[in-house]
Amino acid sequence: MRRWTEMLCRGATRLLAGGAAALIVGGIAHAQLAPPPGPTAEAIKKRGMLNCGIDTGVPGFAAQDASGKWKGIDIDYCRALAAAVLGDPEKIKYVPTTAAARFTVLQSGEIDVLIRDSTLTFTRSTVLGLDQVAVNFYAGQGFLVKKSLGVSKAADLQGATICTVTGATLELNIADFARSTGAKIDTLLFDKAEEAIAAMEAGRCDGYTDDSGSLAGMRSTLKVPGDWMVLPDLISKEPLGIHIRSGDARWNKIVFWLDTALKSAEEFGVTQANADQLKTTSKDPFVLRLLGVEGDFGKALGLDNDWALKAIKVSGNYGEMYDRYFGPKALDLPRGLNNLYNKGGMHYTLPLR
Amino acid sequence: MRIRNKAWAWQATTAGAVVAVLLWFSHNLSANLAIRGMQVDFAFLWQRSGFDIPFRLVAWDNSYTYGYALVVSGVNTLFAAALCVVLASLLGLLLALMRLSGNPLAVGFSRTSIEVVRNTPQLTQIVFFYFAVLQVLPPMRQSLQWGSGIFLNVRGLYIPSPSGVLWDWIVAGTCIVVLLVAVLWRRFSWHELPRIVVLPPLLVAGVVIAGFTASWELPALKGFNFVGGIRIPPELLALVLGITIYTSVFIAEIIRAAIQGIHHGQSEAARSLGLSSGQSMFLVILPQALRILIPPLTSQYLNIIKSTTLGAAIAYPEILQIFARTVLNQSGRAVEVMTLVLGVFLAINLITSAIMNAWNRRLALQGR
Amino acid sequence: MQAIGRVPVLGALFGTRLNAVISLAMLALMAWLLPPLFRWAFADAVWEAANRAACQAAGTGACWAFIRARFALFFYGLYPEPERWRADVGLLLLAVIGAGALLARRHKGWWLLALITVAPVGGGILLAGGVFGLKPIPTPQWGGLLLNVVISFVALAGAMPLGVALAFGRRSQFPVVRMLSIAMIEFWRGVPLLTVLFMGLVLLPLFLPGGVTVDNLVRALIVMTLFTAAYMAETIRGGLQGVAKGQSEAAEALGMHPMQVQVLVVLPQALRLSIPGIINIAVDLFKDTTLVSIVGLFDLMGVVTQSMKDPAWLGLAAEGYTFAAVVFFLACLVISMGGSLLERRYGQASRR
Repeated sequence: MRRWTEMLCRGATRLLAGGAAALIVGGIAHAQLAPPPGPTAEAIKKRGMLNCGIDTGVPGFAAQDASGKWKGIDIDYCRALAAAVLGDPEKIKYVPTTAAARFTVLQSGEIDVLIRDSTLTFTRSTVLGLDQVAVNFYAGQGFLVKKSLGVSKAADLQGATICTVTGATLELNIADFARSTGAKIDTLLFDKAEEAIAAMEAGRCDGYTDDSGSLAGMRSTLKVPGDWMVLPDLISKEPLGIHIRSGDARWNKIVFWLDTALKSAEEFGVTQANADQLKTTSKDPFVLRLLGVEGDFGKALGLDNDWALKAIKVSGNYGEMYDRYFGPKALDLPRGLNNLYNKGGMHYTLPLR
Repeated sequence: MRIRNKAWAWQATTAGAVVAVLLWFSHNLSANLAIRGMQVDFAFLWQRSGFDIPFRLVAWDNSYTYGYALVVSGVNTLFAAALCVVLASLLGLLLALMRLSGNPLAVGFSRTSIEVVRNTPQLTQIVFFYFAVLQVLPPMRQSLQWGSGIFLNVRGLYIPSPSGVLWDWIVAGTCIVVLLVAVLWRRFSWHELPRIVVLPPLLVAGVVIAGFTASWELPALKGFNFVGGIRIPPELLALVLGITIYTSVFIAEIIRAAIQGIHHGQSEAARSLGLSSGQSMFLVILPQALRILIPPLTSQYLNIIKSTTLGAAIAYPEILQIFARTVLNQSGRAVEVMTLVLGVFLAINLITSAIMNAWNRRLALQGR
Repeated sequence: MQAIGRVPVLGALFGTRLNAVISLAMLALMAWLLPPLFRWAFADAVWEAANRAACQAAGTGACWAFIRARFALFFYGLYPEPERWRADVGLLLLAVIGAGALLARRHKGWWLLALITVAPVGGGILLAGGVFGLKPIPTPQWGGLLLNVVISFVALAGAMPLGVALAFGRRSQFPVVRMLSIAMIEFWRGVPLLTVLFMGLVLLPLFLPGGVTVDNLVRALIVMTLFTAAYMAETIRGGLQGVAKGQSEAAEALGMHPMQVQVLVVLPQALRLSIPGIINIAVDLFKDTTLVSIVGLFDLMGVVTQSMKDPAWLGLAAEGYTFAAVVFFLACLVISMGGSLLERRYGQASRR
């Protein structure tokens, strides 16, 4: 026994030294390869999986239902993208990212694309080294305030305290708004929207500020929604959209034209239900090109020619997606700027030709 | 000789390996940043911040720099931590004494609260206390009022703020005098008096005298909020309450163990000298228990300092919220910001440990 | 007063004036807190409803229907439903081996060995799959309470040996080893877990060669293990200091190799002395696993927060947090109770 353990002890000394080295080497050996910044589409195909960065939870954009499935307009975009590139909307690894971590996760190569209700701004494009590909939701920053305050526009909020969440452009816009109008607005920054809303209901703040896309949903969660109102004016432009790493022109084009395809589909009346049928019956050359019947549009992107058809069949065109999450049966947010350009909105698609 | 050489070779290899790994990390970092067209650059610290900090103890407006935001939020962190250290120690002592008292309800309350508090996540408790505090405080238009200058409502406690050149000088002078007296205590002949009896009254007297010279600005309700005066926000109250209660149960257990670790003969001897039970506890038992409990107490104090980061969840503007959230978000400089935050916490904690260790050594020496 | 003093319970409660004041204050506190809490949590609570609107129509208390709808999600996260038996079996394995190590009268050593070998390896194979025809389940699908258990068990199992090594390292006669151990311990004890988790999960890829990534869960495990190991090292160091010097001198006199002395004689006694401290670390660790939700892993707290964003159940934060707090309370209570059992079974030897 004694001799045995003595040998063990001598061996252990050497093992300890070797073990540390082995741990480090082994850890790297077990690591998997992520795409180097560059040919992202090839890496996705080789991996057979799209790594899509999403929100950790915001109603309408990305939220889990009771069975744990992700739902929301950003999720539909991820699924359409996976269908276009891989032919299968289920081959996605969703990477939920917090506000503070989202861009670093994208920079580090852990995700291929960030579709996470993120505002496209100058700093994010330059200092952070990201490409901003498309806008999938036009929002603006608005205020939710108590009706009894007698406030009718944002400029009336001089001297008020406003609750909001940290890590987004929200706090910066308030600071800018206060500076530009000479108003003094105190902001109280919380990690989570639930806490910010609850603090407002408790009277800690005079109002809550967030993207207009979220405010309607937030109002419905209040104890007495009728006591509160969303101010009509917006203090900022919040074009929420899709970010990728800089330096991959081809991946940029794929994501950009996918967004265009989804919006064009709405413009030309192509829906989830009639897409297959229109492929044979349509006489519209735009529709035929979109669905891959004519031209080699998919090939030019390095994809199959029916890339857009596959994407549309997953969750429909842009309008269908919007209605599913923000329409009258869901969060009930008027389309406003998010309508097509020919219906008074901002979505003006580049022609597919 | 051979063995010693072998040992040194062993150590040199270990040190070399560590240095190599660190070099490897920094090499990777610079390579990765270069690929992305970024670089480590602390120049952003001198840029204008453009945001407001709702609660601060030193001057601040949105024209100050990012670097100064670290100072302002650091002071907020230290302020909350200091309050928690004092209050948690006192509450911990109270809980320990309750636990050792004979009253079954007090013992039961102490035991139940200790079990509940130490077995639920601290963040949940802090959020709970925040909303409990907000529920209890009255709405702003029905503020509790004392005199013409003190108001308490859901937005915080408002007190008059003093200002004036004479005020500044007298307060600063008093602080220096008190500090000097504390440091040079042993040089004075009246050191039979406990320090605690002399120093706080000295400080209070100085501040009161200064108060007569100051001009006071009273808080007043204007528009949405009270304007003027000093505001102590409910976030600070909730954070201090949450951390104090959480830490006090651990401190209570440490104090209880230390008190029980003092030999029984000590309290019996004290009693036979005619000391009351309170006197024997505070004059005989606790001073000796202090010696055993300083090392574990130091760990708890370090935990308090680290726990202040949970204030970010309830909108208390401390380092994590202001620097690691807002400044990181605005500047996009993740590596630089996180390195600074880690460095600041490491520095605060190492200094705290050093002070506590020094105190521990002095107590230990006195005992011999 | 005299009459009251003679009844045992009442005497203890109201015997002296101070006791009476304390007792009345306690009773008043209970009378103030308990009834509204009871009404909210039980009397007026709603247990069955399809969504929040239906819940509010049915009653004014807590909406526990929300918790029921999400129950499986809270426990398994996105772990696919047909494979959930694997998580159950894994937890059962852990529970059986854990109970064995606690309760067995003989072969205690083998049970403990199984706890640090069979349980993690078997549990890991069961959960991850990929061998023996088990379907591989990628770690992003692990979630809920399952994730809290996995993280705390692995971190604790990993921190034990590392903590022992650091504790010995801090007492080492080699200055380099000592300095490195001290630096390691003080670094991890000096920084908030939240910031190092953020560092590890978000910034780590920037410190590795281009293209290499490590699984998110593995990163969280490494950070939690190192953090726990630093605390473990200090606790065990305390235990080592508590072992009488005569023990190691006697062992050396018997001609044992210095390492044998430490591992076979000093360490077992030190570990016995450190059991209460280790249990505290385990409880803290389990509670701290909630912090991983901040870095995008969906532990119980993460799933609860995420569920509050479902448009059908918006605005039920109080119910979600209460449920999470109760689950954590129960789980930590189990750890503490197991700990005191451990203390009684293994700690006693030193007193014999």
